[in-house]
Amino acid sequence: MKLRQLEIALEDAKPFQEPKIQLEQYVTTPHLAACLLHTAETQFGDICGKNVCDLGCGCGILSIGSSLLGANHCLGIDIDEDALEIFQSNCEAYELNNVVECIQADIARFSPSRNMILAKRFDTVLMNPPFGTKSNKGIDMEFLHAASILASHAVYSLHKSSTRAHIVKKANDFGMQAQVVAEMRYNLESSYKFHKKKSKDIEVDFIRFTITTG
Amino acid sequence: MRLSAFVRMRLITHNMLTSHVKGVKNGYPLVIKAEDIKEQETDFNPDFISRMITRIEWPALTKAMEMIGHTDQLPEEVPKDYETNNDFLKQAHHALMEIEVITGSLTCPESGREFPIANGIPNMLLNEDEV
Ligand SMILES: C[S@@+](CC[C@H](N)C(=O)[O-])C[C@H]1O[C@@H](n2cnc3c(N)ncnc32)[C@H](O)[C@@H]1O
Repeated sequence: MKLRQLEIALEDAKPFQEPKIQLEQYVTTPHLAACLLHTAETQFGDICGKNVCDLGCGCGILSIGSSLLGANHCLGIDIDEDALEIFQSNCEAYELNNVVECIQADIARFSPSRNMILAKRFDTVLMNPPFGTKSNKGIDMEFLHAASILASHAVYSLHKSSTRAHIVKKANDFGMQAQVVAEMRYNLESSYKFHKKKSKDIEVDFIRFTITTG
Repeated sequence: MRLSAFVRMRLITHNMLTSHVKGVKNGYPLVIKAEDIKEQETDFNPDFISRMITRIEWPALTKAMEMIGHTDQLPEEVPKDYETNNDFLKQAHHALMEIEVITGSLTCPESGREFPIANGIPNMLLNEDEV
Protein backbone atom coordinates (compact mmCIF):
# COMPACT_ATOMS: atom_id res chain seq x y z
CA MET A 1 0.00 0.00 0.00
CA LYS A 2 1.33 3.42 -0.94
CA LEU A 3 1.89 6.08 1.68
CA ARG A 4 -0.78 8.35 0.28
CA GLN A 5 -3.30 5.51 0.06
CA LEU A 6 -2.65 4.61 3.67
CA GLU A 7 -3.13 8.20 4.77
CA ILE A 8 -6.44 8.46 2.93
CA ALA A 9 -7.60 5.15 4.38
CA LEU A 10 -6.79 6.33 7.90
CA GLU A 11 -8.88 9.46 7.51
CA ASP A 12 -12.01 7.36 8.13
CA ALA A 13 -11.00 6.57 11.72
CA LYS A 14 -13.20 8.43 14.17
CA PRO A 15 -11.43 10.62 16.73
CA PHE A 16 -12.13 10.92 20.48
CA GLN A 17 -15.69 12.06 21.19
CA GLU A 18 -14.87 13.94 24.35
CA PRO A 19 -11.10 13.92 24.72
CA LYS A 20 -9.87 13.72 28.30
CA ILE A 21 -7.15 16.29 28.66
CA GLN A 22 -5.59 14.65 31.71
CA LEU A 23 -5.05 11.49 29.62
CA GLU A 24 -3.71 13.55 26.72
CA GLN A 25 -6.28 12.19 24.35
CA TYR A 26 -5.39 13.73 21.04
CA VAL A 27 -5.16 11.55 17.96
CA THR A 28 -2.15 10.96 15.81
CA THR A 29 -3.11 12.64 12.55
CA PRO A 30 -3.64 10.35 9.57
CA HIS A 31 -0.63 11.98 7.95
CA LEU A 32 1.69 11.36 10.89
CA ALA A 33 0.36 7.86 11.52
CA ALA A 34 0.77 6.93 7.86
CA CYS A 35 4.35 8.26 7.75
CA LEU A 36 5.28 6.38 10.89
CA LEU A 37 3.75 3.08 9.82
CA HIS A 38 4.84 3.27 6.22
CA THR A 39 8.42 3.92 7.29
CA ALA A 40 8.29 1.10 9.85
CA GLU A 41 7.19 -1.26 7.11
CA THR A 42 9.10 -0.14 4.01
CA GLN A 43 12.40 0.78 5.67
CA PHE A 44 12.51 -1.75 8.46
CA GLY A 45 10.00 -4.50 7.72
CA ASP A 46 8.54 -4.24 11.21
CA ILE A 47 4.79 -4.47 10.49
CA CYS A 48 3.76 -7.04 7.89
CA GLY A 49 3.50 -10.54 9.38
CA LYS A 50 4.26 -9.23 12.86
CA ASN A 51 2.69 -9.36 16.29
CA VAL A 52 2.10 -5.73 17.20
CA CYS A 53 1.23 -3.98 20.45
CA ASP A 54 -0.31 -0.50 20.41
CA LEU A 55 0.34 1.24 23.74
CA GLY A 56 -2.20 3.91 24.63
CA CYS A 57 -4.16 2.82 21.59
CA GLY A 58 -6.87 5.47 21.91
CA CYS A 59 -9.17 5.41 18.89
CA GLY A 60 -6.92 2.91 17.16
CA ILE A 61 -5.34 4.69 14.23
CA LEU A 62 -1.99 2.91 14.72
CA SER A 63 -3.62 -0.51 15.11
CA ILE A 64 -5.77 0.02 12.05
CA GLY A 65 -2.84 1.25 10.00
CA SER A 66 -0.62 -1.65 10.98
CA SER A 67 -3.44 -4.07 10.23
CA LEU A 68 -3.84 -2.52 6.78
CA LEU A 69 -0.11 -3.04 6.26
CA GLY A 70 -0.40 -6.72 7.10
CA ALA A 71 0.32 -7.14 10.81
CA ASN A 72 -1.02 -10.57 11.80
CA HIS A 73 -2.11 -9.72 15.28
CA CYS A 74 -2.52 -6.47 17.09
CA LEU A 75 -3.23 -5.78 20.76
CA GLY A 76 -4.31 -2.31 21.82
CA ILE A 77 -3.92 -1.22 25.44
CA ASP A 78 -5.55 1.86 26.93
CA ILE A 79 -6.62 2.97 30.39
CA ASP A 80 -9.84 4.57 29.22
CA GLU A 81 -12.94 2.57 28.41
CA ASP A 82 -14.53 5.32 26.36
CA ALA A 83 -11.48 5.32 24.11
CA LEU A 84 -11.61 1.54 23.85
CA GLU A 85 -15.23 1.69 22.77
CA ILE A 86 -14.23 3.92 19.86
CA PHE A 87 -11.23 1.66 19.23
CA GLN A 88 -13.55 -1.31 18.90
CA SER A 89 -16.03 0.34 16.61
CA ASN A 90 -13.30 1.88 14.45
CA CYS A 91 -11.48 -1.42 13.98
CA GLU A 92 -14.68 -3.28 13.28
CA ALA A 93 -15.74 -0.69 10.70
CA TYR A 94 -12.55 -1.30 8.70
CA GLU A 95 -13.36 -5.00 8.26
CA LEU A 96 -9.75 -5.92 8.89
CA ASN A 97 -8.49 -9.38 7.95
CA ASN A 98 -6.28 -9.89 10.95
CA VAL A 99 -7.03 -10.33 14.63
CA VAL A 100 -7.23 -7.13 16.65
CA GLU A 101 -7.90 -7.12 20.39
CA CYS A 102 -7.77 -4.63 23.19
CA ILE A 103 -7.45 -4.61 26.96
CA GLN A 104 -8.04 -1.94 29.55
CA ALA A 105 -4.93 -1.42 31.65
CA ASP A 106 -2.72 1.23 33.18
CA ILE A 107 0.60 1.32 31.39
CA ALA A 108 2.19 3.04 34.39
CA ARG A 109 1.72 -0.27 36.25
CA PHE A 110 4.17 -2.25 34.12
CA SER A 111 7.30 -3.40 35.82
CA PRO A 112 9.71 -6.20 35.07
CA SER A 113 9.18 -7.73 38.50
CA ARG A 114 5.42 -7.61 38.53
CA ASN A 115 4.23 -7.91 34.98
CA MET A 116 0.70 -7.88 33.70
CA ILE A 117 1.90 -9.11 30.33
CA LEU A 118 4.71 -11.62 29.80
CA ALA A 119 7.84 -10.02 28.38
CA LYS A 120 8.92 -10.04 24.74
CA ARG A 121 5.75 -11.50 23.26
CA PHE A 122 5.47 -8.79 20.60
CA ASP A 123 7.71 -8.11 17.65
CA THR A 124 6.88 -4.45 17.42
CA VAL A 125 5.42 -1.89 19.80
CA LEU A 126 3.81 1.28 18.43
CA MET A 127 2.86 4.29 20.48
CA ASN A 128 2.17 7.97 20.59
CA PRO A 129 2.54 8.34 24.33
CA PRO A 130 1.26 11.18 26.48
CA PHE A 131 4.06 13.72 26.75
CA GLY A 132 3.47 14.06 30.46
CA THR A 133 1.99 17.14 32.06
CA LYS A 134 2.18 18.49 35.59
CA SER A 135 -0.23 15.90 36.94
CA ASN A 136 1.28 12.88 35.21
CA LYS A 137 4.92 13.82 34.89
CA GLY A 138 7.09 11.00 33.62
CA ILE A 139 4.29 9.07 31.94
CA ASP A 140 6.21 9.11 28.64
CA MET A 141 9.01 7.24 30.41
CA GLU A 142 6.54 4.74 31.84
CA PHE A 143 5.35 4.07 28.31
CA LEU A 144 8.89 3.72 27.05
CA HIS A 145 9.69 1.32 29.87
CA ALA A 146 6.61 -0.79 29.20
CA ALA A 147 7.47 -0.85 25.50
CA SER A 148 10.98 -2.08 26.28
CA ILE A 149 9.49 -4.96 28.25
CA LEU A 150 6.89 -5.93 25.65
CA ALA A 151 8.87 -5.66 22.41
CA SER A 152 11.31 -8.30 21.29
CA HIS A 153 12.53 -6.31 18.34
CA ALA A 154 11.51 -2.68 17.76
CA VAL A 155 9.56 0.21 19.25
CA TYR A 156 8.21 3.20 17.33
CA SER A 157 7.28 6.32 19.18
CA LEU A 158 6.83 10.08 19.03
CA HIS A 159 8.52 12.35 21.56
CA LYS A 160 9.00 16.07 21.97
CA SER A 161 12.25 16.99 20.26
CA SER A 162 13.16 19.13 23.25
CA THR A 163 13.40 15.98 25.39
CA ARG A 164 15.59 14.04 22.95
CA ALA A 165 18.75 13.73 25.04
CA HIS A 166 16.79 12.46 28.02
CA ILE A 167 14.83 9.96 25.93
CA VAL A 168 17.96 8.56 24.33
CA LYS A 169 19.58 8.08 27.72
CA LYS A 170 16.51 6.49 29.31
CA ALA A 171 16.11 4.17 26.35
CA ASN A 172 19.67 3.02 26.96
CA ASP A 173 18.85 2.30 30.59
CA PHE A 174 15.91 0.21 29.38
CA GLY A 175 18.10 -1.82 27.02
CA MET A 176 17.18 -0.05 23.82
CA GLN A 177 19.01 1.99 21.26
CA ALA A 178 17.28 5.07 19.90
CA GLN A 179 17.46 6.26 16.33
CA VAL A 180 15.70 9.47 15.34
CA VAL A 181 14.09 8.57 12.04
CA ALA A 182 12.50 11.93 11.31
CA GLU A 183 11.72 15.27 12.85
CA MET A 184 8.10 16.17 12.44
CA ARG A 185 5.67 18.87 13.31
CA TYR A 186 2.61 18.09 15.28
CA ASN A 187 -0.32 20.40 15.52
CA LEU A 188 -1.85 19.50 18.85
CA GLU A 189 -4.52 22.14 18.80
CA SER A 190 -6.01 20.86 15.59
CA SER A 191 -6.19 17.41 17.16
CA TYR A 192 -8.15 18.76 20.09
CA LYS A 193 -10.92 19.88 17.80
CA PHE A 194 -12.60 22.18 20.33
CA HIS A 195 -9.49 24.25 20.89
CA LYS A 196 -10.06 27.87 19.91
CA LYS A 197 -6.60 29.33 20.34
CA LYS A 198 -4.42 29.98 17.36
CA SER A 199 -2.78 26.73 16.53
CA LYS A 200 0.88 26.19 17.09
CA ASP A 201 3.07 23.36 15.90
CA ILE A 202 5.29 21.50 18.27
CA GLU A 203 8.36 19.64 17.15
CA VAL A 204 8.38 15.93 17.68
CA ASP A 205 10.93 13.24 16.98
CA PHE A 206 9.82 10.09 15.30
CA ILE A 207 12.07 7.56 17.00
CA ARG A 208 12.76 3.90 16.32
CA PHE A 209 14.16 1.99 19.27
CA THR A 210 15.79 -1.37 18.83
CA ILE A 211 16.09 -3.85 21.64
CA THR A 212 19.73 -4.40 22.48
CA THR A 213 19.38 -6.75 25.43
CA GLY A 214 17.16 -9.77 25.78
CA MET B 1 -17.20 -13.19 2.18
CA ARG B 2 -17.08 -13.57 5.90
CA LEU B 3 -18.12 -10.87 8.31
CA SER B 4 -15.35 -8.75 9.68
CA ALA B 5 -13.95 -10.06 12.93
CA PHE B 6 -14.88 -8.48 16.22
CA VAL B 7 -12.38 -6.85 18.50
CA ARG B 8 -12.59 -9.30 21.36
CA MET B 9 -10.16 -11.15 23.55
CA ARG B 10 -8.67 -14.33 22.13
CA LEU B 11 -6.61 -16.93 23.86
CA ILE B 12 -3.37 -15.55 22.41
CA THR B 13 -3.83 -12.59 24.73
CA HIS B 14 -4.95 -14.71 27.66
CA ASN B 15 -1.69 -16.59 27.20
CA MET B 16 0.28 -13.40 27.83
CA LEU B 17 -1.69 -11.90 30.70
CA THR B 18 -0.60 -12.37 34.29
CA SER B 19 -1.95 -11.09 37.56
CA HIS B 20 0.02 -8.17 38.91
CA VAL B 21 -1.89 -7.74 42.16
CA LYS B 22 0.38 -6.63 45.00
CA GLY B 23 2.04 -9.50 46.82
CA VAL B 24 1.14 -12.16 44.27
CA LYS B 25 4.06 -14.41 43.37
CA ASN B 26 2.53 -16.73 40.86
CA GLY B 27 -0.31 -15.05 39.00
CA TYR B 28 -0.16 -17.23 35.92
CA PRO B 29 -2.12 -18.45 34.10
CA LEU B 30 -5.31 -16.57 34.87
CA VAL B 31 -8.35 -18.77 35.30
CA ILE B 32 -10.90 -18.09 32.58
CA LYS B 33 -14.56 -18.07 33.33
CA ALA B 34 -16.41 -17.64 30.08
CA GLU B 35 -20.09 -16.84 30.08
CA ASP B 36 -20.28 -16.00 26.44
CA ILE B 37 -17.84 -17.15 23.77
CA LYS B 38 -17.99 -17.23 20.00
CA GLU B 39 -15.88 -18.83 17.36
CA GLN B 40 -14.95 -16.84 14.32
CA GLU B 41 -12.80 -18.03 11.47
CA THR B 42 -9.79 -15.85 10.74
CA ASP B 43 -7.06 -15.98 8.12
CA PHE B 44 -4.60 -18.76 8.83
CA ASN B 45 -0.98 -17.81 8.43
CA PRO B 46 1.26 -20.82 9.16
CA ASP B 47 4.49 -18.80 9.30
CA PHE B 48 3.07 -16.46 11.88
CA ILE B 49 1.65 -19.22 14.06
CA SER B 50 4.86 -21.18 13.85
CA ARG B 51 6.79 -18.12 15.00
CA MET B 52 4.34 -17.51 17.84
CA ILE B 53 4.61 -21.08 19.09
CA THR B 54 8.04 -20.28 20.48
CA ARG B 55 6.52 -17.46 22.55
CA ILE B 56 3.40 -19.25 23.71
CA GLU B 57 3.19 -21.01 27.05
CA TRP B 58 1.77 -24.21 25.65
CA PRO B 59 0.54 -25.79 28.92
CA ALA B 60 -1.35 -22.58 29.69
CA LEU B 61 -3.01 -22.73 26.29
CA THR B 62 -4.15 -26.32 26.67
CA LYS B 63 -5.43 -25.45 30.13
CA ALA B 64 -7.28 -22.42 28.77
CA MET B 65 -8.98 -24.58 26.17
CA GLU B 66 -10.12 -26.94 28.89
CA MET B 67 -11.37 -24.08 31.04
CA ILE B 68 -13.66 -22.93 28.26
CA GLY B 69 -14.87 -26.43 27.67
CA HIS B 70 -12.92 -27.29 24.51
CA THR B 71 -11.28 -30.45 25.73
CA ASP B 72 -9.06 -32.77 23.70
CA GLN B 73 -8.49 -30.32 20.89
CA LEU B 74 -4.79 -29.81 21.40
CA PRO B 75 -1.87 -32.18 21.88
CA GLU B 76 -0.34 -32.06 25.33
CA GLU B 77 2.98 -30.98 23.95
CA VAL B 78 4.19 -29.05 20.96
CA PRO B 79 5.32 -31.62 18.41
CA LYS B 80 8.99 -31.51 17.39
CA ASP B 81 8.11 -30.96 13.75
CA TYR B 82 5.73 -28.11 14.58
CA GLU B 83 7.16 -25.76 11.98
CA THR B 84 6.09 -28.01 9.12
CA ASN B 85 3.18 -29.77 10.79
CA ASN B 86 0.27 -28.03 9.12
CA ASP B 87 -2.45 -29.88 11.01
CA PHE B 88 -0.89 -28.90 14.29
CA LEU B 89 -0.43 -25.28 13.23
CA LYS B 90 -4.09 -25.13 12.23
CA GLN B 91 -5.17 -26.44 15.62
CA ALA B 92 -2.93 -23.91 17.31
CA HIS B 93 -4.28 -21.14 15.09
CA HIS B 94 -7.82 -22.05 16.02
CA ALA B 95 -7.07 -22.08 19.73
CA LEU B 96 -5.06 -18.86 19.73
CA MET B 97 -6.91 -16.70 17.24
CA GLU B 98 -10.45 -17.91 16.63
CA ILE B 99 -12.12 -18.13 20.00
CA GLU B 100 -13.58 -14.87 21.21
CA VAL B 101 -14.34 -14.40 24.88
CA ILE B 102 -17.14 -11.84 25.04
CA THR B 103 -18.30 -11.96 28.66
CA GLY B 104 -16.69 -13.56 31.68
CA SER B 105 -13.70 -13.02 33.87
CA LEU B 106 -10.06 -13.79 34.45
CA THR B 107 -9.17 -14.80 37.98
CA CYS B 108 -5.77 -14.54 39.62
CA PRO B 109 -4.88 -18.12 40.65
CA GLU B 110 -3.21 -16.94 43.85
CA SER B 111 -5.24 -14.03 45.23
CA GLY B 112 -8.59 -14.86 43.69
CA ARG B 113 -8.90 -11.31 42.36
CA GLU B 114 -11.26 -11.24 39.39
CA PHE B 115 -10.64 -9.18 36.29
CA PRO B 116 -13.93 -8.82 34.47
CA ILE B 117 -14.32 -9.22 30.73
CA ALA B 118 -17.18 -7.24 29.22
CA ASN B 119 -17.83 -6.68 25.55
CA GLY B 120 -14.75 -8.70 24.74
CA ILE B 121 -12.46 -6.38 26.72
CA PRO B 122 -10.66 -7.57 29.86
CA ASN B 123 -10.33 -4.91 32.51
CA MET B 124 -6.91 -5.28 34.15
CA LEU B 125 -7.06 -2.08 36.18
CA LEU B 126 -6.13 -2.40 39.84
CA ASN B 127 -7.42 -0.46 42.82
CA GLU B 128 -5.04 1.78 44.70
CA ASP B 129 -4.58 -0.73 47.52
CA GLU B 130 -3.62 -3.50 45.09
CA VAL B 131 -0.63 -1.83 43.52
C1 LIG C 1 -1.71 10.91 22.59
S1 LIG C 1 -3.01 9.73 22.76
C2 LIG C 1 -2.66 8.65 21.40
C3 LIG C 1 -3.86 7.84 20.95
C4 LIG C 1 -3.68 6.89 19.80
N1 LIG C 1 -2.63 5.92 20.04
C5 LIG C 1 -3.37 7.63 18.51
O1 LIG C 1 -2.26 7.46 18.03
O2 LIG C 1 -4.21 8.34 18.01
C6 LIG C 1 -2.51 8.88 24.24
C7 LIG C 1 -3.41 7.73 24.68
O3 LIG C 1 -2.85 7.13 25.85
C8 LIG C 1 -3.89 6.80 26.76
N2 LIG C 1 -3.31 6.79 28.11
C9 LIG C 1 -2.92 7.86 28.85
N3 LIG C 1 -2.41 7.45 30.03
C10 LIG C 1 -2.46 6.09 30.03
C11 LIG C 1 -2.06 5.08 30.96
N4 LIG C 1 -1.51 5.37 32.15
N5 LIG C 1 -2.25 3.78 30.62
C12 LIG C 1 -2.80 3.45 29.43
N6 LIG C 1 -3.19 4.36 28.52
C13 LIG C 1 -3.01 5.67 28.80
C14 LIG C 1 -4.95 7.85 26.55
O4 LIG C 1 -6.22 7.40 26.95
C15 LIG C 1 -4.82 8.09 25.02
O5 LIG C 1 -5.72 7.27 24.33
